[in-house]
Amino acid sequence: MSRFTGTEDYIATEDLMMAVNAAIALERPLLVKGEPGTGKTMLAIEVAKALGRPLIQWHIKSTSKAQQGLYEYDAVSRLRDSQLGDPKVHDIANYIKKGPLWEAFEHDAPVVVLIDEIDKADIEFPNDLLRELDRMEFYVYELQKLVKANKRPTIIITSNNEKELPDAFLRRCFFHYIRFPDKETLERIVDVHYPGIKKALLREALEAFFEMREVPGLKKKPSTSEFLDWLKLLVAEDISEDTLRSRDQTKIIPPLHGALLKNEQDIHLFERLVFMSRRRQGN
Amino acid sequence: MLISFFLELKKFGVPVSIKEFLMLIEALQKRVAWGSMEDFYFLSRAALVKDEKHFDKFDMAFGAYFKGLEAVPALIAQIPEEWLKKLMEKNLTDEEKALVQSLGGWEKLMETLRQRLEEQKGRHQGGSKWIGTAGTSPFGAYGYNPEGVRIGQEGSRNRSAVKVWDQREYRNLDDSVELGTRNIKVALRRLRRFAREGAPDELDLDDTIRSTARNAGYLDLKMVPERHNAVKVLLFLDIGGSMDDHVKVCEELFSAARLEFKHLEYFYFHNFIYEAVWKDNRRRHTEKLATWQVMHTYGHDYKLIFVGDATMSPYEIAHAGGSVEHHNPEAGAVWMQRLTDIYPHAIWLNPQPEDRWGYYESIGLTRQLLGDRMFPLTLSGLEAGMKELTR
Repeated sequence: MSRFTGTEDYIATEDLMMAVNAAIALERPLLVKGEPGTGKTMLAIEVAKALGRPLIQWHIKSTSKAQQGLYEYDAVSRLRDSQLGDPKVHDIANYIKKGPLWEAFEHDAPVVVLIDEIDKADIEFPNDLLRELDRMEFYVYELQKLVKANKRPTIIITSNNEKELPDAFLRRCFFHYIRFPDKETLERIVDVHYPGIKKALLREALEAFFEMREVPGLKKKPSTSEFLDWLKLLVAEDISEDTLRSRDQTKIIPPLHGALLKNEQDIHLFERLVFMSRRRQGN
Repeated sequence: MLISFFLELKKFGVPVSIKEFLMLIEALQKRVAWGSMEDFYFLSRAALVKDEKHFDKFDMAFGAYFKGLEAVPALIAQIPEEWLKKLMEKNLTDEEKALVQSLGGWEKLMETLRQRLEEQKGRHQGGSKWIGTAGTSPFGAYGYNPEGVRIGQEGSRNRSAVKVWDQREYRNLDDSVELGTRNIKVALRRLRRFAREGAPDELDLDDTIRSTARNAGYLDLKMVPERHNAVKVLLFLDIGGSMDDHVKVCEELFSAARLEFKHLEYFYFHNFIYEAVWKDNRRRHTEKLATWQVMHTYGHDYKLIFVGDATMSPYEIAHAGGSVEHHNPEAGAVWMQRLTDIYPHAIWLNPQPEDRWGYYESIGLTRQLLGDRMFPLTLSGLEAGMKELTR
């Protein structure tokens, strides 16, 4: 049995590994939640890479329908073709477009399927997929044919918690909540992404970053992916660790904060807090 | 063999089902986790808990089952007393408040807690234990659980296996607000009115056949927009003052309504509707929105739902200048009249128990103004209210 233990590009915590391995072993879907930017989508990509299986991605939008994941019947172009006398029109199969789940079910070897941001869709969306995810089969009415998975795929579903998911759906999944990484894990993550970075700079940046996450009342706390972007900028701009260290005396907020704080209320709040703490120190 | 573990989880209020339990057993059979307590913890959590807000309860149950750890909702000693008191008032029901009184009031209670904390420190040397005060503790009995409040634990930085659930890191994600919302959502669903709106992307077969025939057999495709729930709602929420006692049920209603209706606008008011409402309670004094503005912006096909206890002095409704907060040039009754004139569908949901309505003159007045369309904020009241709105 293949086990997932993280990859050279992706640091997985032990509980995450356990959840992934359980989902693989039992061939049940895995639901992954967590703050935006903690690597939910990356997980599916890395699992596919680690297991050496093909990855089929299905990105959900607010207009997505469960049916689109299975197949779509293009009645309109069939009608048009009939008008034009196209011989294609006699076979309805020509107008059935396979969706990502059908493709996944068809593979001879097990694949990894990513259903990304399932909470973006309509309320009924998860309910419409219950049987498909449970039995890994569905019926194509137009062709009078049952599509059944040759090998049950590993399905990874991500959610940003914008909507509650129905209980019946949750019961069929394994669940993992990606917590924000602690300092040691984050250091390992940075190591994987920027192996050459100066230790001193990294330490100062981490300090500044976690301090920023501690600020109460931020609308959007900066997350791992934002931290990695910020580090990239720091390296590119060749900012020294001293500039970072002196952050609360000379500069109002850390340099290049635009990579971390993404809306003006947060920046104002942060400036106010730093200003207040400076005044306190002055007294 | 794990049946009692399963039952323990149920006892702690973790919503687990048999299907999930069987899934866990199956995973154990397949040796997904083997021989390690930590692995078993991670596996059972992934299989049984489906929402991070239940992680904390799960951790407590897990600890209780595997260690006989006494688990009690925790209180932190360093939290300002004022704050605790506030939370207490918000979270306790009337009987519980009475119970607090019977124990000699708040001061006495805090005193007891403090004593208990002292004893506790003596008993468990430097560990990170929860105040296990057994069934006799008033704290345990309440099941009252202010967010993020816990006894300050001396940082046991021990990252060994058994400690993971002991640390209960998911503490502040617990949000019991959601518990009741499913029923509320079902009740609100009665207000659905399906209509075709938006971009046409569905083939209208009947119309296509008709217009193709009319087109001498040359194909003429007709599309229609998909059916959506097109009901439009304006929600007015009373906030502050006497409504503090009803915050929980109002939050439940609010979060359910936000998910259920696509066209939902909400406004806050204090005690009664006057010339202005607001959208953000933090900026209620600076960012007011004229009630006229609301009436001019939203068409009369919107349905009005007021949520408030309507418990105040009758002057606040009937007289100009009667408001408790500011000088209102026109009486609240006038404004209510204007609103109900424009919007024929309006109801008032009252969190006060229905049998107490008779005691307050202001409730009677409000009912009169709304043409008796006041309903208690309970499930049955909500259903009756939705029925009224769909009439």
